[in-house]
Amino acid sequence: MFSHWPLLSLVIWTPIIGGFVVLGAGERANGARRLALIVAVATFLLSVPLFTGFDSQTAAMQFVEFQPWIHALNINYYLGVDGISMPLIILTTFSTVLVVIAGWEVIKEKQTQYLAAFLIMEGLMNGVFAALDSILFYIFFEGMLIPMFIVIGMWGGPRRVYATLKFFLYTFLGSVLMLIALIYMYTKSGSFSILDFQKLHMGITAQILIFMAFFGAFAVKIPMWPVHTWLPDAHVEAPTGGSVILAAVMLKIGGYGFLRFALPITPDASQTLSGVMIFLSLVAIVYIGFVALVQQDMKKLIAYSSIAHMGFVTLGTFVIYVIARHYGLTANLGEQPTPASLAAFNSGVLALEGALVQMISHGFISGAMFLSVGVLYDRMHSREINDYGGVVNRMPIFAGFLVLFAMANAGLPGTSGFVGEFMVILATLHGNFWLAFVAATTLIIGAAYTLWLIKRVVYGPVTNPKVAALQDINLREGVFLGLLAVAVLAVGIWPAPLLDVMHASVHHLLQQALTSKLS
Amino acid sequence: METVYLIIALAPLVGAIIAGLFGKKIGKTGAHTVTILGVGLSFGLSVWVFVRLVFQGMPTYDGNVYTWMMAGGYSFHIGFLIDHLSALMMLIVTFVSLMVHIYTIGYMAHDEELWPSDSQVRSTAYQRFFSYIALFTFSMLMLVMSNNLLQLFFGWEAVGLVSYLLIGFYMNKESAIYANLKAFIVNRVGDFGFLLGIAALFAYTGSLNYEEIFSQTGKLATATVMLIPGQEWSLPSVVAILLFIGAMGKSAQVPLHVWLPDSMEGPTPISALIHAATMVTAGIFMVTRMSPIYELSTTALSLMLIIGSIGAFFMGLIGVVQNDIKRVIAFSTLSQLGYMTAALGASAYAAGMFHLMTHAFFKALLFLAAGSVIMAMHHEQDIRKMGGLRKYMPITYVTALIGSLALIGFPGTSGFFSKDSIIEAVELSHIPGAHFAAALLILGVFVTALYTFRLFFLVFHGRERMDAHTRAHLHEPPWVVTLPLTLLALATIGAGGVMYPLLFGDFFRSIYVAPDHNVLAELHHHFHGALAFLIDGFLAPPFWLSMAGVLVAWDVTLYRSKLGIHVHSRLGWVRTILQNGYGFDAFNDYVFARGARGLGRLLWKAGDALLIDGLIVNGTARVIGWTADRLRWIQTGYVYHYSFAMIIGLLVLLSWYVLR
Repeated sequence: MFSHWPLLSLVIWTPIIGGFVVLGAGERANGARRLALIVAVATFLLSVPLFTGFDSQTAAMQFVEFQPWIHALNINYYLGVDGISMPLIILTTFSTVLVVIAGWEVIKEKQTQYLAAFLIMEGLMNGVFAALDSILFYIFFEGMLIPMFIVIGMWGGPRRVYATLKFFLYTFLGSVLMLIALIYMYTKSGSFSILDFQKLHMGITAQILIFMAFFGAFAVKIPMWPVHTWLPDAHVEAPTGGSVILAAVMLKIGGYGFLRFALPITPDASQTLSGVMIFLSLVAIVYIGFVALVQQDMKKLIAYSSIAHMGFVTLGTFVIYVIARHYGLTANLGEQPTPASLAAFNSGVLALEGALVQMISHGFISGAMFLSVGVLYDRMHSREINDYGGVVNRMPIFAGFLVLFAMANAGLPGTSGFVGEFMVILATLHGNFWLAFVAATTLIIGAAYTLWLIKRVVYGPVTNPKVAALQDINLREGVFLGLLAVAVLAVGIWPAPLLDVMHASVHHLLQQALTSKLS
Repeated sequence: METVYLIIALAPLVGAIIAGLFGKKIGKTGAHTVTILGVGLSFGLSVWVFVRLVFQGMPTYDGNVYTWMMAGGYSFHIGFLIDHLSALMMLIVTFVSLMVHIYTIGYMAHDEELWPSDSQVRSTAYQRFFSYIALFTFSMLMLVMSNNLLQLFFGWEAVGLVSYLLIGFYMNKESAIYANLKAFIVNRVGDFGFLLGIAALFAYTGSLNYEEIFSQTGKLATATVMLIPGQEWSLPSVVAILLFIGAMGKSAQVPLHVWLPDSMEGPTPISALIHAATMVTAGIFMVTRMSPIYELSTTALSLMLIIGSIGAFFMGLIGVVQNDIKRVIAFSTLSQLGYMTAALGASAYAAGMFHLMTHAFFKALLFLAAGSVIMAMHHEQDIRKMGGLRKYMPITYVTALIGSLALIGFPGTSGFFSKDSIIEAVELSHIPGAHFAAALLILGVFVTALYTFRLFFLVFHGRERMDAHTRAHLHEPPWVVTLPLTLLALATIGAGGVMYPLLFGDFFRSIYVAPDHNVLAELHHHFHGALAFLIDGFLAPPFWLSMAGVLVAWDVTLYRSKLGIHVHSRLGWVRTILQNGYGFDAFNDYVFARGARGLGRLLWKAGDALLIDGLIVNGTARVIGWTADRLRWIQTGYVYHYSFAMIIGLLVLLSWYVLR
């Protein structure tokens, strides 16, 4: 019944319009938050048919909407999703519901504005994932920074001005370069359609320059080392909801950008620079892992852990070139697949799908971790690890959730955290043993920083009288932690349904990524 | 049949979920009833499966339950392989688990007393414990019943998780939560190798299914891999060693053994179930399961021989100087795991499995007996404060004696048959390192007898060294404790009887041994019936060595008892080395734990804060600020300044244009 609805427009505009209506509700907080919840849930429900009605047999864009917008420049209101973007939209609508529930009682000041900001942000992020016109993409991409900027700046901690400036300048600088690249490609192709860009033939110099522009925009978002230092600051200062959306969805936009733009538009540049990208990914996994180990602030620790986990996304994305090289697959996939080219292709699929699963899984886990810290922060008003200890004695149910999420963060099999890392490591070893070796150290480092955190916060005797006075989670907190627990376990125990929708699109993407545009 | 296997695996899980989530509602009785029902059902069905498989000729089952995921043409499944090897493991796991479940009713009955009174986790501690051990049973069953390496790894990590939760069961105790973190991370070091091994195997075979992997051994045998440019290494060696690193973590082999002694922080029943009988033997099981791969690599076999025998001897030595009843048994476990690993190294997989089984019975028995002593002693674990318990706890005494005799391999007990066959197999082996290993294993027999009977004499014989209050309350524990002890003692006595079919029959059909490694076949030639083997046992050096060990133990504990209690003061530097466990802990703490934190701090402060933020990010901001500050000087706002600049500029442009 939903197949004729403009579902993508609905998931974009329902929350945006809803957000403005909530704003209009003014100071009637109770009505406003109810309305916000209704809008968030409705948007989530509207996104479900994207999954259930998705045709996993085709790599073509689905739920396509096309309206001419600016004729003179051939800019169009062009929307569509494939198996790469659709799960990310559902992640966004799901996370927003949780954030609205999480902000229900906790946000005391200007609650309507807070909730409205998240709803508007949700619509814009959905727009980022659904846009097939690059100018439309760019507008959503830049637009979503504004509500996030406001959220951190208004409801943030004491150093929020520094953090917001750093966040904004870092991310803005990169995306301006991307705009130039988009305009350049328009002059070459006469269209702003991303799909047309993907067909555009360009020389290696142009590709590398364009790749650099994409790198500026997306590497900062992910964030990759060494352009990551805005993230810990932003997380520390952001309110819980801001951190959740930042970690669960916004970082994914960087990973998505590489998959949607860099690989298919500039395959030769991606191949040329894959060594650098993989190096930076491994630095993120190892270097940042060690940095996470010594953090004293819980949010900072989780922020660094996010960077390390996102390292697997970029590793999975660019390792396909190492695999291809290992199997002697230089340019085009031949007409007749040889066993070697088949193995290269199959493990490339494993790598890309691993990167995608890692994005979804990290969305759940980092969201859960930040929400958990939020639960503690609301009670203790401290993020210092040393202020805690023995929380389990007062909050056994909460501790159960937190240990589960921590285990997922450490990549325990049976949780979603394992699936992506496992796939990426498995695929990487096809290309090069030592790359897999370095990546697999996350098994040790990830467990060390996560479980050491748990040891100091959850376990041990109660020494701080404020911990002794803690109350266990209420029903509202139980709902959002419970939903995330179900998601984390479901993807861990049976990832097949999530992967099935990706196959066709990933196959197509890999073909594009491995097909040289130079010949 | 698939349904039966599913029930075997899932019944404990159902019990665990009910006891874990609804513990408060169903209470203590409800919790232990539902978990015991689950594990009991698993045990009953495991017996049935074993009987059908072994005696009624039911064929091996190999099937998938569901597809975990598919990607890039590869498929990963959850499925069962039920052959003799897994059926035996299922039997061991469910039997010991059932015994431990019943025992726990008695052991944990008054557990609340150990918790802070205001802790909210206090009232459900009992239920939580049952939930954990049932969850453990599920995980262990998934591990042994798996038909592929992925599910094995799932179980592998899940038992590690439960072990983590149980070592840290008393979560208010600093030593307990230190120990569980250490256990998890050290195990993760092993898993790091294990995962790479799995990935390497997958890269070359395209599958994680045992059947599909083993069907390609012919191709694998000659495969090489160049990890360091210019160095061609045999792929099976690389894979086998990587997988063995996983086994070293889980089965506590030197140098990844450091977590096991500390794991004694957990309640005693789980020391018996997890840290002696089942989980720590997962590595032995895994190597046995992967025997077709290991047989391709003499290097890996040799490594296992050497690592195993080193553990067997040197870890036993540490046991001699321990005074905590559980730590003595823990070091004994390390030593016995060394024996099993050495057996694998000699390609005597069946002997390793046989010892795994007998060890599961007698070591679980010893731990549970120790738990019985600890209960009677009001949680005192120092053997120097015990003594003479024989007359207060006759059942515990007799069963502990049976367990101790089996541990030292006294002829006729099950431990004798399994340990002697390992020693003889290693003696017959031609794999490099076998002579060295055999020597250490034989010396280990003396050490085993020494620490075992030192412990035994100090606890059950001699002067009663406990205080009067404790002595007044000494008594035999209730039947829920003595029943498992008795049943395990019976198993300990009886299990030796299956030696012939296990070692020389075709029981383990799935184990592959290369013809030139087949020491058990050679041993079979020398074997002239159990009776002859038994009589030989009395004449062979191991027996005399163990008797010597018992004698020395008797000498130092009872005959010259001061010497035994203060044994360490006489041993000087040897004692220091042993009590420090050869310095492994100190080294790891210093180099790895402190080193990692130091490195983290350095990267954070020097890399992130100073270089990236300080120099580049804020530096850029400063440069922009500085430049803007300078540029501001020319923005004076006076029209004549601007027109002057315009005229100068015009002149420069004009002269450039004219003079060009």
